[in-house]
Amino acid sequence: MKIISVAFKNLQRKKIRSFLTIGGVTIAVAVLVSLMGFDAGYQRALTGDIDKMGYQVLVTAKGCPYEAATMMLKGGGGMRYMEQAVYDKIVKDPRIDKITPQLVVAQFDKNRQNGLGGFVLYMGIDDSYLKLKPWVKFKSGGWFSGADSDEAVIGCETADREKRVPGNQVFIPKLNKALKVVGIFERTGTQDDGTVFLPLRSAQRIFDFPYKLTGIGIKLKDISSLLSFEEALYNEPGIQVISMAQVKGTIFNLISSAKVMTNSIAIIAILIAVIGVVNTILMSVFERTKEIGVMKAVGASRLDIFRIIWLETTLICVMGGFFGDIFAILGAQAVEYILRHILPYAPGGKLVLITPELLVGSFIGAIIMGLIAGVYPAFRASSMRPVEAIRLGD
Amino acid sequence: MDNILIKAEKINKIYRLPAEEIKAVQDLDLQIRSGEFIAIMGPSGSGKTTLLDILGCLDSISNGRLEVLGKDVSRLKEHSLVALRRKNIGFVFQDFLLIPTLTALENVELPLLFSRMPCERERSISLLKKLGLAQRINHLPKEMSGGERQRVAIARALVTNPKILFADEPTGNLDTKSGEQIFRILKELNQKENLTVVLTTHNSKFGSQAKRIVYLKDGRIVCREDSCLYA
Ligand SMILES: Nc1ncnc2c1ncn2[C@@H]1O[C@H](COP(=O)(O)OP(=O)(O)OP(=O)(O)O)[C@@H](O)[C@H]1O
Ligand SMILES: [Mg+2]
Repeated sequence: MKIISVAFKNLQRKKIRSFLTIGGVTIAVAVLVSLMGFDAGYQRALTGDIDKMGYQVLVTAKGCPYEAATMMLKGGGGMRYMEQAVYDKIVKDPRIDKITPQLVVAQFDKNRQNGLGGFVLYMGIDDSYLKLKPWVKFKSGGWFSGADSDEAVIGCETADREKRVPGNQVFIPKLNKALKVVGIFERTGTQDDGTVFLPLRSAQRIFDFPYKLTGIGIKLKDISSLLSFEEALYNEPGIQVISMAQVKGTIFNLISSAKVMTNSIAIIAILIAVIGVVNTILMSVFERTKEIGVMKAVGASRLDIFRIIWLETTLICVMGGFFGDIFAILGAQAVEYILRHILPYAPGGKLVLITPELLVGSFIGAIIMGLIAGVYPAFRASSMRPVEAIRLGD
Repeated sequence: MDNILIKAEKINKIYRLPAEEIKAVQDLDLQIRSGEFIAIMGPSGSGKTTLLDILGCLDSISNGRLEVLGKDVSRLKEHSLVALRRKNIGFVFQDFLLIPTLTALENVELPLLFSRMPCERERSISLLKKLGLAQRINHLPKEMSGGERQRVAIARALVTNPKILFADEPTGNLDTKSGEQIFRILKELNQKENLTVVLTTHNSKFGSQAKRIVYLKDGRIVCREDSCLYA
């Protein structure tokens, strides 16, 4: 017989109590893993999203930079308009490696989402768009036949949803206008998947924004020239320069306020779990006063008793850590779904990234929690004097 | 040392309560030799249990001098005391005090676990068999009768091969028949294996069979010859 089986058998004595205590630890660990997985996943997904835009700098019309930042990630630019003259002026700048003008128009379509209605994004682009995103491939079809044609290239999600193949038409309901689908992009995992692209000049004509843009995406030859590039544009009226680094920072700021709350929840869950464990073990120590006295009478030292009680606590936390990890893995999908609905901006890709390191780390964390929670009850038990413990309750 | 296992000189045990001082054991002298079979008797509250706990190093004395196996107990550090007890002393209690979650065999193995002795399953099993518990090896305490439980408790006390066995009213919670069986077992252990046995009892029938009777009254020995009558 081993000491661990003495400890384990004791946990089986009050099954419901042990079960609830393990449940508390399970919840705490699952919450922690989900939150930390979200932390890592969101950061990675957002960085991925931003990298997939292909540009480091966006020039947009002046407006709220927060709004611009989220709008840009949602569809390429703020819904404010600037003159295309700005583009003509900076396109020759020697610091620029690649540059692409965009006109984004969002149209409400009341038939989308089973009649709930939703926005359809239309984006006017020119050939340079693909130069900034060399990884974008056509699933079928190809590029526009002309710079002012009534044609569209659509993202794969739009294609799937509307069941379109090259040669079909897409309608712009409000304008009662049809565009011929010439190409379908492969999945990118970004907002592009749900966007309808059309030639820039066509977009300006169809939506009646002559010579207007919503944004200019720019990739610099050398990112360290960003500051001087921004300064050069400083005196240009009505525009602002947003770097992707800033956007990242801005979104992380938005998220961090939510994170303070979720982290507090995690800490509270852990505290409750620890209190639960301490309480359970302490109760079982007091209930077993006599048994502990007997164990001492038949040769147990303080350390032996300490180890038994400590093991019981640790066992609870080991099991809680194990089940917590499992629940976190199983629940990741649900957490992902909920987060997508409550976050101001949810990047593409997996939002909750549960890595083996995270699982192992939280498991070890649970064990450490058990060791800490066990110290006091184990100390109380080991300090009981045998005679008093045995005679108590006579 | 003329095989004296325990030597008590003027030992006292005083409980200091807020209202009064209770002298549970008073100026008591006692020597226990190897191979003895001693019954401690006396009215309720006379200090039998207290004395047994003290002699078995479960409890401390307030003053006096107590030598157990040549060691001055008051001077021993806790871990030495535990080591002394675990190697040399076995305990049996009135209410058996088995661990309810462990089977008979596991209860018997428990002292081996604590004494870091090799867990010789064979020895535990043969002890249980010797005590007539072959059919109860894997039973939990709640599945056994009082007499069976007390035999498991005896096996538990004997598994470490102690020099002395202390039994505090080992038959107190048993019916006459089981009580007699337990008493017979203890007597046989003493006679056949020369185990030193010190027990307390209210039952003068058992007491009178002991090689030596120690009568207590108010924490003092009033008579220690078997010619004495139980007062
Ligand atoms: N922890 C304690 N605190 C205070 N007084 C105690 C304590 N333990 C025992 N006593 C007192 O010490 C005296 C001796 O008690 P003890 O239990 O040794 O008697 P006993 O002879 O074993 O009695 P019984 O035959 O009823 O078992 C009693 O007066 C008892 O009230
Ligand atoms: Mg007593």
